[in-house]
Amino acid sequence: MTPLAGYLVLSSLIFTVGLAGVLTRRNAILVLIGIELMLNAANLNFIAFWRFGANPEALTGIMFMIFAMGVAAAEAAVGLAVIIAVYRRCKTTNLDEMKLLKG
Amino acid sequence: MSLPFVILALLTAAAAMGAMSLRPLVHCVLALVVSLSGLACLYLQLGAQFAGFAQLLVYIGAVGILIVFAVLLTRGDAMPPRRSLVQGRVFGLGVAVSVLGVLVWAISRSCLMSPTLPPAPVATVEQIGDALMTRFVLPLELVGLLLTAALMGSVMIAMQEGEDK
Repeated sequence: MTPLAGYLVLSSLIFTVGLAGVLTRRNAILVLIGIELMLNAANLNFIAFWRFGANPEALTGIMFMIFAMGVAAAEAAVGLAVIIAVYRRCKTTNLDEMKLLKG
Repeated sequence: MSLPFVILALLTAAAAMGAMSLRPLVHCVLALVVSLSGLACLYLQLGAQFAGFAQLLVYIGAVGILIVFAVLLTRGDAMPPRRSLVQGRVFGLGVAVSVLGVLVWAISRSCLMSPTLPPAPVATVEQIGDALMTRFVLPLELVGLLLTAALMGSVMIAMQEGEDK
């Protein structure tokens, strides 16, 4: 296995673990953690392709990764604020018990 | 594949699995932090120093602490034991495993993989700053705008309930 393939397989594994968590766990915070894992797997792909791909001096992979990180940080902040607001109203973080649209 | 990569990959993957499978919520967050640290070490090993340290600062310093605070504020550990949803779990795991299978199959069949290792590229902070201020200045401004909007939005969302009462 070439080095790039190793990094890609690792990032697919992390993505899959995050996806499995999002699909199976029922706690809203855990779902958010799964989404963070998936975003980080994508970031690892950006860096691996920057390192082993063509034209690394253009820094495209690192730039993509920095911007993806900024967007992911914004997503985490807003997502956790939504979870806290829902918890105040419904007193639960279990996704199966969040059934009200206009609680 | 080098030995450091194997060690870091095992650590990262095991911590990611722990973050998604442990029962106490705080343990999940701690496993997530370990997994993100492993990813930061992988970035450093790939020669992307700035990305590695930014990962440490943003994810472990900010996002990790944010999730811990959310766990504490929602008292996630006091959750009642969940009803078993065996069907849903089997379905979710099946989807995830099939996605992994397709990805690994595509990677193994890819023609992009050249066995020769290209020389390590250099990405100094000076180069990154230069690129951010010239070629990528518009995305940088947009990310700044997005982060400001996210900051105000999250404060508004988290405060709304208090104003109603």
